[in-house]
Amino acid sequence: MDSYTWIGMISIAAAAICMGVGSIGPALGEARALQQALSAMAQQPDEAGPISRTLFIGLAMIESIAIYCLVISIILIFANPFWNHVITKTAAGPGV
Amino acid sequence: MEITPDHLVLLRWGFFHLNATIVYTWVVMLLLVAGGWLATRRITVDGPRGAWQNALEAIVTGIRGQIREVTGGEGGDEHLPFVGTLFLFIAVSNTLDVVPGWHAPTGSLSTTAALAGCVAISVPFFGIRKSGLKGYLHHYFSPTIFMAPFHLMSEFSRTVALAVRLFGNIMSGSMVVALLLVIAPLFIPVLMQVLGLLIGLIQAYIFAILAMVYIAAAIRRQEEPQET
Repeated sequence: MDSYTWIGMISIAAAAICMGVGSIGPALGEARALQQALSAMAQQPDEAGPISRTLFIGLAMIESIAIYCLVISIILIFANPFWNHVITKTAAGPGV
Repeated sequence: MEITPDHLVLLRWGFFHLNATIVYTWVVMLLLVAGGWLATRRITVDGPRGAWQNALEAIVTGIRGQIREVTGGEGGDEHLPFVGTLFLFIAVSNTLDVVPGWHAPTGSLSTTAALAGCVAISVPFFGIRKSGLKGYLHHYFSPTIFMAPFHLMSEFSRTVALAVRLFGNIMSGSMVVALLLVIAPLFIPVLMQVLGLLIGLIQAYIFAILAMVYIAAAIRRQEEPQET
């Protein structure tokens, strides 16, 4: 296998691993935040407004960790700088 | 596949490149200004209100209510123009994503970075206006002077997070729709578009409310210096 194959293979595998492993943590965190917010709302229904607003903000902040992983995965698949380098090398012709 | 409308250059004019992000930002600005002008053309305090005035008053009152819930008191009028503009701009540009051929300007990292930069500048602006330069800078050196780099780092990282969150959500929404069009082009992309509408509005709300939370934190810590 030449180095170009390695670059393509590792990029796709890295994108998959990044998305898969990177979404475990935010999923656990969001589940825990939602669980606590639901039990708090069940105990104090009057405070449902402020609790759900704070929950939304917190969920957005936890979610952004998964979004970072998604952005990196998408960059690795669709706008990979290393792969673009390979393409320009190949377009210039062999032996360059 | 394009991941940002920045690469979609519509017009080249010497050094100046007119890309899709700028054009669609202008369209959003035009829509907002025209809507505001139409709504405030025949504005009345007493007497029957028009439908436009009613709608606009509902929007402004709603945004002000949210700001008051964050600051925890009355007022909030001084932050209403900034936060309301952020919300309306992001909400309109995300909602128009259902229009065919529309490239949401919030799906470009340049736009979201500029918006997050506005928030990062307005936080010290409102803080300094509330308590003066000395009172605002005092926060950075509390409890000790060694905490100053960490305060600066947290302000920088939350600005980056603000930009990347909005960009990632909107860009991934349109990208998922584009991928589904290849896999299952009949009905599924419509459902994802509906989900994208919901996500776009939630992201607009979150962006505006986070900007307000940051501003409120910069203002509130002058009032109670022993807290935070």
